[in-house]
Amino acid sequence: MATSADPRPSFSTDLEPLPTHAFGHRSLTWWGIIAFFLIEGTAFVLAIAAYFYILDKEQAWPPPPFPPPTMLAGTLFTVLLLLSEIPNTLVKLAAETHDLPRVRRLLVIISLIGAVLMVLRGFELNSLNVLWYQNAYGSAVWMLMVLHTTHIATDWFDTLVLTALMHTDHGGEGRRFVDCSENAIYWRFVWLIWLPIYAMVYWLPRLV
Amino acid sequence: MNERPDPREYLRDGPDLTGAELDRRLTETWRDAPGFIGWLCSVDHKSIGRRYLVTAIVFLSLGGILAALMRLQLSGPNHHVLSPDRYNQIFTMHGTTMMFLFAVPVMDAMAIYLVPLMIGTRNIGFPRLNAFSYWMYVAGGALLWVAFVVNVGPDAGWFSYVPLSGPQYSPGKRVDVWAQMVTFTEIAALSVAVSMTATILKQRAPGMTLARTPLFVWAMLVVSLMVIFSMPAVALASSMLMSDRLVGTHFFNTYEYGDALLWQHLFWFFGHPEVYIIFLPATGFVSEIVGAFSGRQTFGHTAIVLALSATGLLAFGLWVHHMFATGLPRMGYAFYTSASMAVAVPAGIQIFCWIATIWSGRPRFEVPLLWVVGFIVTFVIGGLTGVMLASVPLDLQVHDTYFVVAHFHYVLIGGAVFPLLGAITYWFPKMTGRMMSESIGRWQFWLSFVSFQVAFFPMHILGIEGMPRRVYTYPASMGWGTLNLLSSLGAVLFAVSVVVFVINMIVSLRSGARAPANPWNAPGLEWATSSPPEPYNFAHIPVVRDSTPLWSPELTFARGLRVEDRELVMTTVLEAKPDLREPSAQPTIWPLVAAAATTVVFIATMFTPWALAIGALPVAVALTAWFWPKDRGPEGEPVID
Ligand code: HEM
Repeated sequence: MATSADPRPSFSTDLEPLPTHAFGHRSLTWWGIIAFFLIEGTAFVLAIAAYFYILDKEQAWPPPPFPPPTMLAGTLFTVLLLLSEIPNTLVKLAAETHDLPRVRRLLVIISLIGAVLMVLRGFELNSLNVLWYQNAYGSAVWMLMVLHTTHIATDWFDTLVLTALMHTDHGGEGRRFVDCSENAIYWRFVWLIWLPIYAMVYWLPRLV
Repeated sequence: MNERPDPREYLRDGPDLTGAELDRRLTETWRDAPGFIGWLCSVDHKSIGRRYLVTAIVFLSLGGILAALMRLQLSGPNHHVLSPDRYNQIFTMHGTTMMFLFAVPVMDAMAIYLVPLMIGTRNIGFPRLNAFSYWMYVAGGALLWVAFVVNVGPDAGWFSYVPLSGPQYSPGKRVDVWAQMVTFTEIAALSVAVSMTATILKQRAPGMTLARTPLFVWAMLVVSLMVIFSMPAVALASSMLMSDRLVGTHFFNTYEYGDALLWQHLFWFFGHPEVYIIFLPATGFVSEIVGAFSGRQTFGHTAIVLALSATGLLAFGLWVHHMFATGLPRMGYAFYTSASMAVAVPAGIQIFCWIATIWSGRPRFEVPLLWVVGFIVTFVIGGLTGVMLASVPLDLQVHDTYFVVAHFHYVLIGGAVFPLLGAITYWFPKMTGRMMSESIGRWQFWLSFVSFQVAFFPMHILGIEGMPRRVYTYPASMGWGTLNLLSSLGAVLFAVSVVVFVINMIVSLRSGARAPANPWNAPGLEWATSSPPEPYNFAHIPVVRDSTPLWSPELTFARGLRVEDRELVMTTVLEAKPDLREPSAQPTIWPLVAAAATTVVFIATMFTPWALAIGALPVAVALTAWFWPKDRGPEGEPVID
């Protein structure tokens, strides 16, 4: 029986010519990120389900005397978040063509957008017109907002770290470009998941 | 892409670098630093897996001690060994410890140790995440047990139903401890699931197509996906419970239009898959053991894979069967009853495949195979009572009685602990380089098997006679005394048998017979390396041509991985064609620091929500240090200059 401790193993494959990094599903971290999407996506779907479950128990949505959330901050946030996909796509492309100067510039822009988003989010939380302890409606709305804010904050922080990293000499390594590309994918998840929440928090109370 | 030849010549394994010289260099690259600090920094899947295993066995013993106390209390009517309050804490602690701190982690332990060896790679994917998961697990377990010792042990049952567990009926911190322990163990289990999925999909040895992947690895892939889809439910539910208790939200408060059943939906959306998360790895053990000891490839490889996947899917359609007593729409009853019965089909398919393997092979009834047989018998009984419970009228009759307690111990102990003991016996030589004693193993098996039936079979009858679960005692006039005494005697003998098993492990570790690389003449890749394996697992990465590589006439290898840096080969997801060489993380202290910071935050949140805001900072610092690339050194192989 053959084991790898054999004094004279026979070789049938050569790994030396293989590249040392690749984008997308060829890389290990891409699969890690997909797994995290699935985890967080499931959490969002269940939180959304819980929101509807509670909606079904309440008398009215929002229950009087609470007015629905004020639209302005949330809508501005949504518009800016959608616009952020432009630099996000550009940075992904730049990373995949190993264009370091461009990656550096775009990451700075995205970090700034992130800062503005965080401020807008602060205003949003202030315009929900209900607090989490006032009734189950308030609890449900705050649950969705807190869940999403955690994601915005985490990815903003990731982007800041990545921006710093790409400005050091690690920036030239192939694998760091893979990191940039994967961070961009994560950002897409963060804005995609926001769309249903925006509709539920701001529009649903006006429609039902 | 601008692929260019390497800018420098690296040392690589191959015909020119093999044997002792290669061993010396690879050991240098892959071993942990010596000493205690080196131990804390380890990211080797074998060290982490061993730690997980030892820790899970410690929790099994703790949970077992509590079980013994309960059986002592119940051995006759009107006993006063335990006060009612203490009894509540003890059954809650027993269930919680067994489910969250023993059963799930012990399966993870085996997988963390075995999967990378079975698929022929040098380390698990995301090894630091894996180390982090261990520290989170230990922290969660310590939190629960320290709280219990200081009389803050949770007491609302292992599924903490609201409103009992809500702020009104459970003041104090007991339930918060439970909810936070859940958060710890969920993070640990999710981290393992992520590492496991990526490892299994990307790091299989060249040629190990999905169809040739070992059945235990398949089971772990399905289980990891189940963890990914189910654990968020309990994490969400326990966060909602915490916030109801601490910051006054009303998710489960009916007076403010929240709803108590919401808890049950979310909990069982996790809780039912959980049972299969425990059971499917056990079926993976069984498939491996049955093949190896029957001397033939496990019958119906594809059928078993399909059955595993079907179980994984169906498990998500079943959660409502825990809620039959809550009043549901009529269609709901019909649907969930049939789904619950349907899950017996894939389980049946697997059992027939195993029996066919033993039947058509040349079985050697050594200890691991004995456990498999014990498992099949016990599990079939547990499965039958399960199918009985799936019918609503019967469920309503025996709901919350000892019939249910009997049922789930048959499936949990028969279905998971028996295969686990077989699996430990089977892989012990790989992990330690020594064999466990065969003679002790044999009589210990029989002791376990018989005492288990004595302990748990009478519970069926007690349940039908109406004995409710979770009562600290019962009056003599009920006539339940004799059967309870019998059950308690069985439980004591069962506990003795587990102690004997652990003693066998410890004694064999010191003085068992030395194990060669492949003591059982088994076909899997984990047996292609020394026992115990070197830190780098395989001197050369094996190349696979069928699903029983060590039974083929010749095993060939791949050359060309770098020797002075930690490097792995990534293969394609379906065909396992070699595709990339990627680096694997070095040992580091940061996962431990990150886990410690997270622990402080989680515990502080039980007292003030501000802890989340303030505590985020140290956690963020630790995570940044963890991910920040350390030295560029030779591992860069940059594509641009
Ligand atoms: C020595 C072996 C064991 C004995 C004698 C034992 C005994 C018991 C008893 C008597 C109860 C019912 C308590 C009550 O309702 O008042 C119980 C509950 C339970 N047991 Fe065990 N058990 C053993 C092992 C295990 C194992 C290995 C697991 C899991 C893998 C487990 C999981 C549970 C769970 C989840 C509960 C329900 C707790 C609750 O009601 O919240 N047990 N056990």
